[in-house]
Amino acid sequence: MTAAVVDQAVPPPPRRTLAQRGPDILIWGGILVVLLISIRPVEMTHISKLFTNSQNMQQFGREFLRPDFASWRLYVAQMWLTVQIALWGTALAVVIAVPFGLACARNVSPVWLQQPMRLLMNLLRSAPDLVIGTLFIVAVGLGPLAGVMALAVNTGGVLAKLFSEAVEAIDRGPIEGIRATGATPLQEVVWGVIPQVAPLWTSYALYRFESNARSATVLGLIGAGGIGQVLFDSLNAFAFSQVGAIAVVIVVAVTLIDILSQAMRSRLL
Amino acid sequence: MSDAAILSIREASKTFGQRRALEAVSLEVRRGEMIGLIGPSGSGKSTLLRSISALQAIDPGDGRIEAFGGSVQANGRIAGDVRKTRSRIGFIFQQFNLVGRLSLFTNVALGSLSRIGTARGLLGLWPSATKTAVMVALARMGVAEYAGQRANTLSGGQQQRGAIARALVQQAEVVLADEPVASLDPVAARRVMDALCDLNRQDGLTVIVTLHQVDYALRYCRRIVALKAGKIVYDGPPSGLSRRELVDIYGPEFEDVFWEGAPT
Repeated sequence: MTAAVVDQAVPPPPRRTLAQRGPDILIWGGILVVLLISIRPVEMTHISKLFTNSQNMQQFGREFLRPDFASWRLYVAQMWLTVQIALWGTALAVVIAVPFGLACARNVSPVWLQQPMRLLMNLLRSAPDLVIGTLFIVAVGLGPLAGVMALAVNTGGVLAKLFSEAVEAIDRGPIEGIRATGATPLQEVVWGVIPQVAPLWTSYALYRFESNARSATVLGLIGAGGIGQVLFDSLNAFAFSQVGAIAVVIVVAVTLIDILSQAMRSRLL
Repeated sequence: MSDAAILSIREASKTFGQRRALEAVSLEVRRGEMIGLIGPSGSGKSTLLRSISALQAIDPGDGRIEAFGGSVQANGRIAGDVRKTRSRIGFIFQQFNLVGRLSLFTNVALGSLSRIGTARGLLGLWPSATKTAVMVALARMGVAEYAGQRANTLSGGQQQRGAIARALVQQAEVVLADEPVASLDPVAARRVMDALCDLNRQDGLTVIVTLHQVDYALRYCRRIVALKAGKIVYDGPPSGLSRRELVDIYGPEFEDVFWEGAPT
């Protein structure tokens, strides 16, 4: 390509001054400094152990890759229990999230209700389900119920936030149409708001069910029952062949749930 | 308020930020009238209709709006029993405002919400009288065959006739139609206007319709009210609106507001 003839003076290419680059340098430099001073506390200096202790890994790897499916009935039963925990946890979360989600939405809820509700939902969301699970184990004892409650509380907070954002994005027109017939505010919500957000709400709930099936596995580690607990016990017994079999069961089950729920969600939207 | 007045607007003003949408508008509407509300964009037509149904509050002050002899809003405050008044006023919107994901049948049945029990209304357990009324209204509007279809699968004209059916099921005595044909093609527009006219002539309903197409207002309405910059500048029969008055209301480009030819 030949250079075009330009009759006016061509300005030089833009150059960022030091003042403009200052914030960038500060941010990236700051991250680098924090990384450097964190090397010792997190024992990054021991990273060579990955290789010097490699016979441990090799033994684990060998046994892991020869999964022992002798007690597959137990694994499948416990996996099913984990899915049931996830199902109930998500169902209770939806029950929590519908009223609270509406109460958090700027366009349907009065300010005096909206602000405290948002704060409460932030609280529910910010506590990891493992922490809430530990609390419920103290309250209701070891077992699946603690897992269900932990999932319900955490997911309830997350879904309330997602639900309220869906409500804030709806079209006001149909609501005014219903208001103009002399309907009560509750009727406006039931007939004007819910039909508009139903597909999105269902999609969010299914998505959270997928991730809850994974979370429920982890919750087993703290004694909330299900496949996670069997996994933890096998790990503690150094029964790596069983761990391998359990891992296969978990991966297959979670993948199946993902595929199923994605198929349902894509039909909805 | 005179005995025959079904709607009474007194000194109603409405300000949006710096802009005055209504400036001390007073209007008396008698039962059975068909009024065409005209005026350029931003003249306050929609604001006036929305204020009558208390979909928005007018400015605090002396302004007040009454319907059926009771207060709708006064001094910038909407009356506590406004839902009772609203149930007697059908409102037709430019964008139809049906709930797109609900069937046409359900949308029209929602017109009965204020008359059936709360629990039934919330669960959608329509009484058989409502079901019959819905189908009668849909058949009258010529859209009964689409009753089971989702509203958002219907054309604009079909949706708008559905919205009129909702007002019928509501047993509205007054119909306020805010630019009901502005989103429609001329054929669908004429059908909707004929339907509104029919409600007025056959059922004796009071109809106020805002129209951007002045020829429609002149053809269908016996009383024309013209707004300009939030003030009523004409109130009288269509015959009183000659070229001079129209230029006064719309400016020299007033031919643009006619679909089918301006008067000379």
